Amino acid sequence: MIIDLKKFITEERNSWSDLEHILDTLEKDPERRLNLEQVRRFHYLYQRTSADLAKIMTFSSEQKIRGYLESLVGRAYGEIHETRPSSRRLGLMRWFFYTFPQTFRRHIRAFWISLVIMIAGGAFGGIAISFDSEAKGVFMPFSHLQMNPSERVAREESADRDRMRGEKAAFSSYLMTHNTKVSIFAMALGMTWGIGTVILLFYNGVILGAVVLDYILAGESKFLAGWLLPHGAVEIPAILLAGQAGLLLASAIIGWGTKSVSLKTRLRKISRDLVTLIFGVGIMLIWAGFIEAFFSQYHEPVIPYAVKIGFGIIEIILLTLFLLRSGNLKLET
Amino acid sequence: MNKERKRTLTIKTPEGIAFSLHLAGPVTRFLAWLIDLASIFVISLTARIAAGFLGVISPDIASAAVILAYFIISIGYGIAMEWYWRGQTIGKRLLRLRVMDEQGLRLQFNQVVIRNLLRFVDSLPAFYMVGGLACLVSPRVQRLGDLAANTIVVWNGAVSEPDLDQLLTGKYNSFRNYPHLEARLRHHISVREAGIVLQALLRRDELDPSARLELFKEIAMHFKRAVKFPQEATDGISDEQYVRNVADVLFRSEFPGR
Repeated sequence: MIIDLKKFITEERNSWSDLEHILDTLEKDPERRLNLEQVRRFHYLYQRTSADLAKIMTFSSEQKIRGYLESLVGRAYGEIHETRPSSRRLGLMRWFFYTFPQTFRRHIRAFWISLVIMIAGGAFGGIAISFDSEAKGVFMPFSHLQMNPSERVAREESADRDRMRGEKAAFSSYLMTHNTKVSIFAMALGMTWGIGTVILLFYNGVILGAVVLDYILAGESKFLAGWLLPHGAVEIPAILLAGQAGLLLASAIIGWGTKSVSLKTRLRKISRDLVTLIFGVGIMLIWAGFIEAFFSQYHEPVIPYAVKIGFGIIEIILLTLFLLRSGNLKLET
Repeated sequence: MNKERKRTLTIKTPEGIAFSLHLAGPVTRFLAWLIDLASIFVISLTARIAAGFLGVISPDIASAAVILAYFIISIGYGIAMEWYWRGQTIGKRLLRLRVMDEQGLRLQFNQVVIRNLLRFVDSLPAFYMVGGLACLVSPRVQRLGDLAANTIVVWNGAVSEPDLDQLLTGKYNSFRNYPHLEARLRHHISVREAGIVLQALLRRDELDPSARLELFKEIAMHFKRAVKFPQEATDGISDEQYVRNVADVLFRSEFPGR
């Protein structure tokens, strides 16, 4: 095809400028919606510029115009052919009470697997500590966990001053950020075909099992429940949900039962659910961090154990109801 | 859709049009990350100074604000920037990089979040070694976060115009009297052939005199076979001048304002 390049450019340049203008407007404001007339014009300009690109491709030397048109067509293509639901602004309440629990239930199998792995880790940690008390030094990452449980209880209960005074907010922030990082890590390790997620869940289970059995063997079960339940009732399920997200990612990578679907499609399918789960985990950990710093660290006689244990049990019931029942009545569109 | 060598991704639209995206290499991406790291440091420092004022009310709250601010900035910087700047951060903008959907579609919020959260794995064990290795072996130069989010990072480099004025000044081009033949020449010559002409002219002074004569003779012969100009247009001009005339025809700008 031989065309008069000068005439061609003169005739088409206005269309290119118009298309570029629409694209700039859309890109500056992702929430902007075009009306029907504007959509028609946009589509027309896209097709016209595409046709111009096809014509200019016959000119080996016109690299600059070709690059310009390729960029225009590429940008417009993304806008026109996008068929996935747009990331519209979602009401936070609606997302929290509908989308998040529904997403959890949709992938509940991954949650059960996550739970089994952590229980297996807990059993291992408990058995190990009951056979070899020196294993505490290996399993427990914090110094206050390595001391004798009875000694710790006696020290905590006889404390005559608030040892958390002036540090509660900072400690709470530290817990929230640290646990959120661990959760993101558990999710991200799904990319290792889930191996990393499984190891992380198992390791957390080992620590938990070792601590629990250590305190039970020392006869400090009541202290343990009063100390762990208020924040653990939310924190431990949050880590399990992060593990659920990691296993979900791993199942998409591996493609169990969905080998006929391409990896890219499998990953696209779960991306929204992954983000929902991890944001939900983040919110749960904010709550847990707050409770751990401001409530869990106070023991009898400051706060009776019955109150702390009761608080933890209520949390577990509410969380279970929330995850299993919330959003049941109205399906998300 | 198919991939080409030299890190380009060609996307074919349903309209039958193909356009290419130039994939950014690991080194450029690493440099962009260093700029972003510096940006995060500066923003965090500013937040730290601002949080310091809270110390007047309570040192505990000030410490909490610093911890939370650093966490939010370090995790949220990439997510917020790439979402509001349509796939760009400060580092990417400076180096002309952009995150895009792998199929050329509009970038979704979920994709931005996933690729940024998976930095936790890509940055292992240090300095993005896992991500860098993944980029090197991936045909689309993707780190693990990109693979999970179905994203690519493209380089929108400016197409540089060769300095043809220096090569072509003062030389009358006899081919200009035959616009229809010029049009035919432009149509028949591939991008690769045009590139050979340009490189030969730009590097001509690096060649031995005999090699230079031989090279331009071969190139001129090739173009003489492709499009025949009348004898009066080619009489008395050397092979090298013939190739210069071809370059003038191929690369002469017709775009108003260029």
